[in-house]
Amino acid sequence: MKFITIDKKDWAKGIEKSRKTYQLFGPVKDKNGFFIKSLGKDMLPDMDYHDSVMSVKSVLFPQTENILTTTLDEAQEDHHIMKRAVTDYSPRAVLGIRPYDAKAIELVKLNFDTDDYKDPYWCDAYEATTFVGLGLNKPGPFDFSSSTGSGPFNEEGLDVLLADLDDKYLAKVLTDKGEAFIKACGFDLIADDKESQALFDILRKEAEKNIVSKISTDKLKEKTILEIHEAPFWDDIAFSCINCGTCTFVCPTCWCFDIQDETKRKASTRIRNWDTCMSPLFTKHATGHNPRDTKTQRVRQRFMHKLKYFFDKYDQGIMCVGCGRCVKSCPVNIDIREVCNMMNSYEKQE
Amino acid sequence: MDTYINKIRELSLKLLKKKEVVKVIGFTKGTLPMATSPIAISLEQDVEKLIFNSTCGLNLANYIRNHKGKIAVIAKGCDSRNIITHIVENQIPREQLHIIGVPCKGMIDKTKVASLFDDDIIEFSEDNDTLLLKSSSKEERLNKQDYLRENCKLCMHKNPVIYDDLVGDLVDEQTLDTPYPDVEQIENMDADTKWQHFDKLTKNCIRCYACRNACPICYCPTCFVDESGPQWVGKGQDKTDVNTFHFLRAFHCAGRCTDCGACVEACPMDINVRDFTRKLNKDSFELFEWEAGLDLTKRPPLDAYSPNDPNDFIK
Repeated sequence: MKFITIDKKDWAKGIEKSRKTYQLFGPVKDKNGFFIKSLGKDMLPDMDYHDSVMSVKSVLFPQTENILTTTLDEAQEDHHIMKRAVTDYSPRAVLGIRPYDAKAIELVKLNFDTDDYKDPYWCDAYEATTFVGLGLNKPGPFDFSSSTGSGPFNEEGLDVLLADLDDKYLAKVLTDKGEAFIKACGFDLIADDKESQALFDILRKEAEKNIVSKISTDKLKEKTILEIHEAPFWDDIAFSCINCGTCTFVCPTCWCFDIQDETKRKASTRIRNWDTCMSPLFTKHATGHNPRDTKTQRVRQRFMHKLKYFFDKYDQGIMCVGCGRCVKSCPVNIDIREVCNMMNSYEKQE
Repeated sequence: MDTYINKIRELSLKLLKKKEVVKVIGFTKGTLPMATSPIAISLEQDVEKLIFNSTCGLNLANYIRNHKGKIAVIAKGCDSRNIITHIVENQIPREQLHIIGVPCKGMIDKTKVASLFDDDIIEFSEDNDTLLLKSSSKEERLNKQDYLRENCKLCMHKNPVIYDDLVGDLVDEQTLDTPYPDVEQIENMDADTKWQHFDKLTKNCIRCYACRNACPICYCPTCFVDESGPQWVGKGQDKTDVNTFHFLRAFHCAGRCTDCGACVEACPMDINVRDFTRKLNKDSFELFEWEAGLDLTKRPPLDAYSPNDPNDFIK
């Protein structure tokens, strides 16, 4: 393990230097908060941000992504033959992401990168990306990441973890990818391993003390799917839901998508768009039948997937990293923390 | 607000006890400081869950469809207008509803309040016209009148238009010489500026459809953007498709929108969706002297034929 000290005065210069090798992404302020965006020329990541409205998932899995293209022009020899769309997979670095978002990428990876199936678009983007995290010194009041297996200084999914020490960053280099990025920036002031790790431990403990929001997941595993599925509380939870897609779109771990073909004159493109299980259209069959026809069924599906099916299938905890985005963005304040605790503590009445 | 809450609970309890209604639809306290959530109460002991304050910005008319039995609903001025629209458009018969009217003193603009803080608000309370807010770094005492939602500032129907009970005395209504100053501002832009304005407005739209789904008049079983045979609109983030959704939705609301602000309230991206709908409200007002949801006996202007139509083209 290697630790590097970065004086904040040298930060911008180093980041500029890395552009020779990397396309950069980072937190940028927009009209309604911060977003992780591609950093154009002269744009620097705003490392003083607290959290972003949307997660980092779109860097690997854009809301709309061209995946295949073809021509309908029959004069062309390869007409109607779908070919992979041209996408730039040159090295990317995402700067200043929060540890819970990096953990989310590892959870999404369980779906897109398996022994049986590899999603080429997601995997190539993942391969190309270096994740530079920024520890969260003061987690917000709705951050419950420490009870989801993540936390304000969690290293999972990161290549480098930065700690903000006012006038400098202390960088913990976690992988070869991380090492290459630090080198490309020209940051080379090596810090003492033992002292640095001790400092990280102190920061982590201090940050965790700030986390006031917690959930319990300890009993989810032992309950049967049917037991929770048939619990009496779903109609009440779902009543206020308007079935918009906000929770699923702001969620760093929601990975569902829809495939569409779009044609403009002779050019045809196959596109994938984020989809949402909150929409009736998500499960509507061509026959017109909809197996998840009611609001309650859809709301239950989202929570069951995140907190039970995923847990059972992968044995890697719940599919939630505790970022609190859905809690804050939901127009009707459906709160996953409450739902999780209800599911966890539910005992079937005989 | 406390007198409103007590009255709401008292009336709800009475209705449930006498079995006059099977449930009461109102608002309950949320898990975040400025959040409230729609709730259906069917048990007498649960009426204590009902609350009312300046953060009840959603429109409960959106929750009155498809119930069995008679229901009661808490209705601000705008909710009551949408209830009228629902009755006129045959979404629910008047007899199935018991309307508990709330003379509204305006809802607050949560985004504007939140923008005063760098960190998350952890406490919210209100005392008449004073809002008290707290984050972990500071406290603010605000005058509610300075933080009203834009639609509430321009509202001319704060009192419920239709009701069976009232939870308080009717409030004074305002009359405005220029009820559409925001629309006039956009109308005065040249075409390019106008286009840029709307482009900028939808810039961060993620097509979650919270605006549409929070809207009480967007109750089509299948919205045109969800139609797949034929498919009218692309489903991706193409600017044209995003804007098509917003423009067309606004036109579908023409003469039916009550400017309740639920769309803006629901939008996670702070898009001022009312910039689209208000122009149609203004046109309805100027062309047909029409404001939606004021009269149980009249159908919306674009839904009615009259031999006395003043326009020449129809004759």
